Amino acid sequence: MKAPSFAYAKPRSLEEAFVLLRRTEDAKVLAGGQTLLATLNMRLSSPAVLVDITGVPGLDGIAVRGSVLRIGALTRHREIERSPEVAEHAPLLAAAAPHIAHVAIRNVGTIGGSLAHADPAAEWPACCVALDAEIVVAARAGERRVRAREFFKDLFDTALAPGELIAAVEFPLLGAAYRSAFLELARRHGDYAMIGVAAVAKPAAGALADVRLAFLGAGTTPVLACGAMAAAEGKKPSPEVIAAVQRALAQDLAPIGDLNAAPATKLHLARVLSGRALAQLAA
Amino acid sequence: MDATIQTTITVNGAAVTRTVPARQHLIDFLRETLGLTGSHVGCEHGVCGACTIRVDGEIVRGCLMLAVQAHGRRVDTIEGMSDSGELAELQRSFHEHNALQCGFCTPGMLLAAHDLVRTKPQATRAEIREYMAGNYCRCTGYHAIVDAVEEVLALRGGKP
Repeated sequence: MKAPSFAYAKPRSLEEAFVLLRRTEDAKVLAGGQTLLATLNMRLSSPAVLVDITGVPGLDGIAVRGSVLRIGALTRHREIERSPEVAEHAPLLAAAAPHIAHVAIRNVGTIGGSLAHADPAAEWPACCVALDAEIVVAARAGERRVRAREFFKDLFDTALAPGELIAAVEFPLLGAAYRSAFLELARRHGDYAMIGVAAVAKPAAGALADVRLAFLGAGTTPVLACGAMAAAEGKKPSPEVIAAVQRALAQDLAPIGDLNAAPATKLHLARVLSGRALAQLAA
Repeated sequence: MDATIQTTITVNGAAVTRTVPARQHLIDFLRETLGLTGSHVGCEHGVCGACTIRVDGEIVRGCLMLAVQAHGRRVDTIEGMSDSGELAELQRSFHEHNALQCGFCTPGMLLAAHDLVRTKPQATRAEIREYMAGNYCRCTGYHAIVDAVEEVLALRGGKP
């Protein structure tokens, strides 16, 4: 369908953006629009005004700053996919990027948009949770930082307050000792994930330390599988350890059934992926 | 905050300026305002790929971009890319392999395939399938489409 009618504004500064967002109660931020425009076309929402923030300077780019890799909110998926800094400092993101929709969509969609939308089946939220990233939130009063692990509140719901924007996301530099794996199952490449996992750990002498398993498509938010992580921590991923991890996932995850699979099927698939991910991390 | 916005876009090399409704999709601007009906409108929510066009040299979904978002940018469509000869090799190969039946998906397929040839010149058959997964052919003639793209890659000997 066609989108409902709305007004459009393209601020040239953050200050101007905040004024626009405050002036209209029913304003929506437009970045790449790869989800927003689809929802407008399907008449799932009808904001009064779209505030296009792509003209605001300082919200894009990828750079190492001190102990973090900072990715600006307006950085497009395709830029992250191709970035040498990302490949070096956050290879999990480079591995996840190709799973996001298709090239024509990755050319336009942004990381900030994906995080603000907070689809539990999306790739970036799970990666941010696994890497313990911080979301840099900008508001008229100034900036604040929110840990990704506290940012995703519920289905499509985040810690963003009205009038706030995501300015950037910062990933702690983990160092070369860490390894990561990103695995996702979809019916067809680029479709919504049925289930996926962003996995990070520090292998040492075959054992895994600081194990993190963040699942997508496994609940109403990205889910850090704490029980499964504890079962893997400090151990070699032997068949027994993997079995314990897989058992623990029953407590950690509450997948929602959809057209593709029932909750029990998704839990099974999450177990399969967790085994594969741990094997990759230790290999 | 306006419901209509004066917008200038360079379409197939020529700058055009029009006052567009904020809600108008770029694909509808091209088709209905400019009469460039070569790019098609299928699902209108970014799934089918029939509206694939190029903005600043990169393929995008014409139904997931507003005309006003293309202000100041360069847009190329199947019309311009056919005239320039950029697509000639793929068009010949699609023709020879019968890689189109009703032809509805073909403009989008050609643009996606062109991007693949440009960015992944050494793609395997499986990678061609994966890359083209964002474009639907409701006649389901995928096999011939993959054949056509594969032949172009082979003729180019792995070069973009």
